[in-house]
Amino acid sequence: MPAIEARNLVFTYAGSEKPSIENVNISIPKGEFVVFTGPSGCGKTTFCRCLNGLIPNFYSGNLQGELAVDGLNVNGRSTTELATHVGFVFQNPENQLFSLSVERDVAFGLENLGIPREEAVERVRWAMEATGILELRHKAPYELSGGQQQRAAIAGVIAMRPSILVLDEPTSFLDPHSAEEIVSVIARLTRDLQLTTLLVEHRLDLVSRYADRVIVMDKGKVALDGPPSDVYDDHARLIGIGMPRVTMLFHLLRRDGFPVTKNPITVEQAADELRRLLGQ
Amino acid sequence: MITVENVSFRYPGGPEVLHDLDLEIKDGEFVAIMGENGAGKTTLVKMFNGLLKPNEGRVLLDGVSTRDRSVAQLSRNVGLIFQNPDHQLFAESVAQELSFSLKNFGFKDDVIERRVRKLLTTLDLDRYENSSPFVLSGGERKRVALAAILVWDPKHVIMDEPTIGQDYLQKDRLRNFIIQLISQGKTVVIVSHDIEFVAECKPRTVFLSRGRVIADGPATETLTNRSVVEQASLVVPQIATLMTRLGDLDPPSGIIDVYSAREFLAAKLKATIEARTSLRR
Repeated sequence: MPAIEARNLVFTYAGSEKPSIENVNISIPKGEFVVFTGPSGCGKTTFCRCLNGLIPNFYSGNLQGELAVDGLNVNGRSTTELATHVGFVFQNPENQLFSLSVERDVAFGLENLGIPREEAVERVRWAMEATGILELRHKAPYELSGGQQQRAAIAGVIAMRPSILVLDEPTSFLDPHSAEEIVSVIARLTRDLQLTTLLVEHRLDLVSRYADRVIVMDKGKVALDGPPSDVYDDHARLIGIGMPRVTMLFHLLRRDGFPVTKNPITVEQAADELRRLLGQ
Repeated sequence: MITVENVSFRYPGGPEVLHDLDLEIKDGEFVAIMGENGAGKTTLVKMFNGLLKPNEGRVLLDGVSTRDRSVAQLSRNVGLIFQNPDHQLFAESVAQELSFSLKNFGFKDDVIERRVRKLLTTLDLDRYENSSPFVLSGGERKRVALAAILVWDPKHVIMDEPTIGQDYLQKDRLRNFIIQLISQGKTVVIVSHDIEFVAECKPRTVFLSRGRVIADGPATETLTNRSVVEQASLVVPQIATLMTRLGDLDPPSGIIDVYSAREFLAAKLKATIEARTSLRR
């Protein structure tokens, strides 16, 4: 059973004539780390909103096709029920944190689910440890740096023990160093907790090294889907996704007529391939 | 010319955000202000059009202290585009958004019409002329916010995080557009976290950390200086890291973007291939 399975999914927002996503077919097996990308307005956010029931429960419109997460058909289920299966992390952590202490914020979702107190205390502690913020538990969220706030938001989500994690551009508001840290925390949690992770991201330089798979959306449809080295082809460049700079460099060298074959994803891979070509 | 002299600043009741800061930006310069979240970057640029006034020291715009002018007067010469376009946009249509300030500055109708038309075309917003800014995507709203400032032709253009929410093609357009502004003699200052964008634009960079300038120089020098990069919570551009790894090939210093890397590597590869063919002969 795949973690996420969409079949011919179509959604049109109320008041709009054109569907925002059209005939989307995506099947993601358990445990995959998937980077979900595409130009702005391509339908990424709309697809994510379907996964936790925000569509159609909170955004009205016309939803067609089938979508199952964790084997559950999403249609007709409440966002509360889906929250124990799909954890959601947003762009701006400030929108997800509002309590007087980090600990209270991390516990908030569990209280809503009616988890018994002792178990909740245990889970909150575990989630703060897993995200490396245990020592910040008594601080107010506004005293935290952007990266720490985003860790707290992630802790609040994993405390609910979802099997699927969906993150909508979680690094947009972070400085590059904090962004790198957050992405490595996400990759570690995916591995250690055997999560299925869908990471919406423009900064492919940052995330590609962790990705099992990259899905590129364009104009509401899945345009490309596969391992990063296959997906970052000329078509991807035309769609306008910001592939890693080392990958771009190899595209340019290939266009210049040099026999570069592989698409490197990381600096290490690029350096190795260049050494091979230069016979060193 | 924008001159920042011994400026210290704190928000009421808060800790000091800028400490005794000095900075000079000459007319026609292209400057990127970079640094960690909370380093004071946005606070600093809000001083340029007088939205914030220093507690100590002074900010001079073309030699006149921002204390002696109103924000409206200063804005005529300094256009500040906010990070979040929703803090700036309010009109019912994109065209009204663009013409609003021109009316306030007292321009004639035909001038207004001509300028609005030109900006709509330049920033690829023609088709949204009569749309409400609020139905547009985040990236498009950012372009409207930019157009609404550029329309009155300020001498100094300040953009706070212009690349957030923009895809690669839009960033490429933005870069070309900035180059166009500079070639018209305008000063362009961007506040940015976007290392790769800055590496491709190669402006003068000013690194801020905890309210102080910790580095100031060409992007090719600062972005390859690992210790200041780390101090400002940035990362070294991917291409610069690749060049460090290929250090034994003796790459010239200052390669931080794909195009310069391509030039260097193409020459190396060509030489290798030629050497091999001549060996075979």
